[in-house]
Amino acid sequence: MELLSLLIWLPILSGILVILIGNDRADTVRWVSVAASILVFVMSLSLYTEFDATTHLMQFEEKVSWIPQFDIYYHLGVDGISMPLIILTTFSSILVLVAGWEVIQTRPAHYMAAFLMMEGLIIGVFSALDGILFYAFWEASLIPMLLIIGVWGGDNRIYAAIKFFLYTFLGSVFMLVSLIYMYNKGGSFSILDMHNLSLSATEQAWIFWAFFMAFAVKVPMFPVHTWLPDAHVQAPTGGSVILAAIMLKMGGYGFFRFSLPITPDASLEFSEIVIILSLIAIVYIGFVALVQRDMKKLIAYSSISHMGFVTLGVFALFLAYQPGAPEGALLGLEGAMVQMISHGFISAAMFLVVGVLYDRLHSREISTYGGVINSMPKFTGFAVLFAMANAGLPGTSGFVGEFMVILGAVQANIWYAVLAGSTLIVGAAYTLWMVKRVFWGAVTNPEVSTLSDVNAREFSILAVLAVAVIAMGIYPQPVIDVMHVSIEHLLNQALASKL
Amino acid sequence: MNNTFTFDTSTLWSATPEIFLLSAIVVVLLLDLFLTKPFKQVTYYLTQASLLITGLLAFSLINEPQTIIFGGSFILDNMASVFKVFMVGSTMVAMVYTRHYLTQHSLFRGEYFVLVLLAVLGMMVMVSGYSLLTLYLGLEILSLSLYTLIAIARERAGAVEAALKYFVLGAIASGLLLYGMSMIYGISGSLNINEIASFAANANLASRETLILNFGLVFLVIGIAFKLGAVPFHMWVPDVYQGAPTAVTLFLSTVPKIAAVAMLVRILVDGLGAMHAYWADLFIVLAVLSIALGSVVALMQTNIKRMLAYSTISHVGFIMLGFVTGVVSGYGAAVFYVLVYVLMSLAAFGIIILLNKQGFEADQVSDFKGLSKHSPWFALMMLVIMLSMAGVPPFIGFYAKLFILQQVISAGFVTLAVVAVVFAVISAYYYLQIIKSMYFEKTDQDITIVAPMDMQLILSINAILILAVGIFPDFWMKLAVSLF
Repeated sequence: MELLSLLIWLPILSGILVILIGNDRADTVRWVSVAASILVFVMSLSLYTEFDATTHLMQFEEKVSWIPQFDIYYHLGVDGISMPLIILTTFSSILVLVAGWEVIQTRPAHYMAAFLMMEGLIIGVFSALDGILFYAFWEASLIPMLLIIGVWGGDNRIYAAIKFFLYTFLGSVFMLVSLIYMYNKGGSFSILDMHNLSLSATEQAWIFWAFFMAFAVKVPMFPVHTWLPDAHVQAPTGGSVILAAIMLKMGGYGFFRFSLPITPDASLEFSEIVIILSLIAIVYIGFVALVQRDMKKLIAYSSISHMGFVTLGVFALFLAYQPGAPEGALLGLEGAMVQMISHGFISAAMFLVVGVLYDRLHSREISTYGGVINSMPKFTGFAVLFAMANAGLPGTSGFVGEFMVILGAVQANIWYAVLAGSTLIVGAAYTLWMVKRVFWGAVTNPEVSTLSDVNAREFSILAVLAVAVIAMGIYPQPVIDVMHVSIEHLLNQALASKL
Repeated sequence: MNNTFTFDTSTLWSATPEIFLLSAIVVVLLLDLFLTKPFKQVTYYLTQASLLITGLLAFSLINEPQTIIFGGSFILDNMASVFKVFMVGSTMVAMVYTRHYLTQHSLFRGEYFVLVLLAVLGMMVMVSGYSLLTLYLGLEILSLSLYTLIAIARERAGAVEAALKYFVLGAIASGLLLYGMSMIYGISGSLNINEIASFAANANLASRETLILNFGLVFLVIGIAFKLGAVPFHMWVPDVYQGAPTAVTLFLSTVPKIAAVAMLVRILVDGLGAMHAYWADLFIVLAVLSIALGSVVALMQTNIKRMLAYSTISHVGFIMLGFVTGVVSGYGAAVFYVLVYVLMSLAAFGIIILLNKQGFEADQVSDFKGLSKHSPWFALMMLVIMLSMAGVPPFIGFYAKLFILQQVISAGFVTLAVVAVVFAVISAYYYLQIIKSMYFEKTDQDITIVAPMDMQLILSINAILILAVGIFPDFWMKLAVSLF
């Protein structure tokens, strides 16, 4: 079996193994699943070490005929855009499995299995090069998440789980129709063939909006973001982490892999609409975050606001591009990618921080806390670091992506940049205000003073993330290097008219 | 026009499955009279054995050259043989499931099995019928057996009401069908499908002939739509599904759909294929209405049998979409869909029966509460079945929808495909309700599974097939297309 197949199927098979071990042997289950996820992570690192960053062509390719009736292939491969996202997936999966260690007492085997299977399916999404294979992984990854929210979630979990599922399902069926349409036209479900399929302006417009439905729901963009706060608030900590760190990236990845190369002219035509929606997400949702009383909800809204940078960076390229000087457009696109990776670390960290507090006092309300620093000094150190990163402090990864996107947006239209830049103020406001109310000040709730500081397990998760956030903030070049050639190629595809 | 009716005993070879089954029915019926209570199980095993042999006989006839016997009224081709194998196989599975139900509800009677066998015989005649008369005869053998089967729980008012309702409406539909047949016969002068086909192909489209053909066609379509349960001829479906004992609903909702599709193929595709442009328009309306109503009305149901009835209606809409395309691969997609539907429906009703206990009918959505705690395995199976019905990959139901949608879009009906997928999303909501009950809701109700091991085993295989065939669907898709 080739490497990518192993990365997909090893977690899924370990998931089945974990179910077979059973809920009764919880400790075995925990060790086996964490061991499997570490193994997968280590294996995925060879995607990075053996990656050839000088070509935009697909690497680690596998192609086996799957459903000859429709020329559907089991076709996998990665380029500089999908490879970092796969490693982000394998990395985050370890964190959530460790984070669920003793917290999850009901049906631990099923919980661990759901996460392992989801990991495999999401790696499948990022590496599939066949439209139907992509769609199958895309939809199948909803199932474990539905169960994670619905079984291990909070009080209102049923509503949140079903809303999550239906929203995403509705978005993606239109994608399915477009995929089939392009198959009927071009005779192939291969995504790479679709990149070269010639489509008229009307066809592109329809296909663009169909894809947009699928990806905008997933990102999520204003105004189809309303499922996210519900899902995040109700999901268990691990579910929120995977949702924010990886599942939202599936939407962003879709814009890179499908929308830009397949419908370049429609993307150009509608780019301003998307930019405006992104700016609304950045600014308006930022203000919405400001007034939240629930910490998880606040971080959920902050996620939407930060993901607005991804779509802004992607669609600003058409305005930012000047013949002979593609730097502005490239900055926007690469900034969007960096922002996705960085948001993967920061949002994961923020949700884990809330998870640590929730495990102790079973409350997500900001007003429950206050003066946590008195009883949990180590923990507060991490929390403040991640909050700074969330606010976009230079030196943390949160700054790099946003700064690159803003630089790209300046080339497009100075006002876009000004509006996007305002997030540095709003973002700082909602994050730091939360920090102030939760960690500093006088202890008003007597229970807060009895809190125990982070244990070794929690400390190690947070420390790993802190290293990642700072490393990427100080020296993001390795990540940018691997994607540069692929992004350049994508830029050329997006700028080449199909008409 | 004139068939010289030459009888040659060697032609009987092509009808061995039917002949064997009929003889077996007589044996089972007579033997059952002499079996005392402790030996009643023998009837069950004899039924299974008869079905097995019938299935093997039908299987041995696959890939025989196409033969038309009995003066052009009976055809043996690959479609007939493959359908027969599937019908007999599904019936065997259904019998495994129903035995548990019948014992739990003191309905274990020999007549049940005899009637099921008779229904299977009727359906086999339907799939092999090559004249309007044979088709009608097959249909009536099936229908009369079904009416009686529903009323077998004669102490239950609901069952009797369902039987009566089905009987009255079914009789009207049969009448309409017969009326349409008489029109076609009147204008074409023949009951044989191939002669009707050549007449329709040569009919002058502007003449009175076409008018009468069209007139008859409408009645035929209504009759077929009734048997399939397409909107607006669906009124009987929810009441019958709910009222009938679950064991009968299981049988009724699965195997006869294959026979109805076969009848549709024989009459409309083989016979009146030249008139496709006319009946395709009717089918578009029927299909869209079925998908829409089936998806929306099911949202309000709390009785799971009634909910699955509406879900069936929307599946029938998808099957009809396949026939709208007018191309061989489109018909193949419809056949693939119906086989997939049967597989899923068998498993779904199987799980419902699994939850039955002595005298307790588990037919409310709320009866599934807490299943994931008491029996994680079967909860997982039900999850697979429900998601497959909703059309979520990687389960088989997705590929059935994919195949249909691909054909519909390829035929130029993109809007139709979009309408279909939107309603598919709406229908996902009620499938999620079951998952919600099983997984998300906590309850103290105790669900102990008392079903025998053979049922649990077959049911598990049935549900795993939904996933396994979903991962490797190619063989079945090719098979479905090759039948035309």
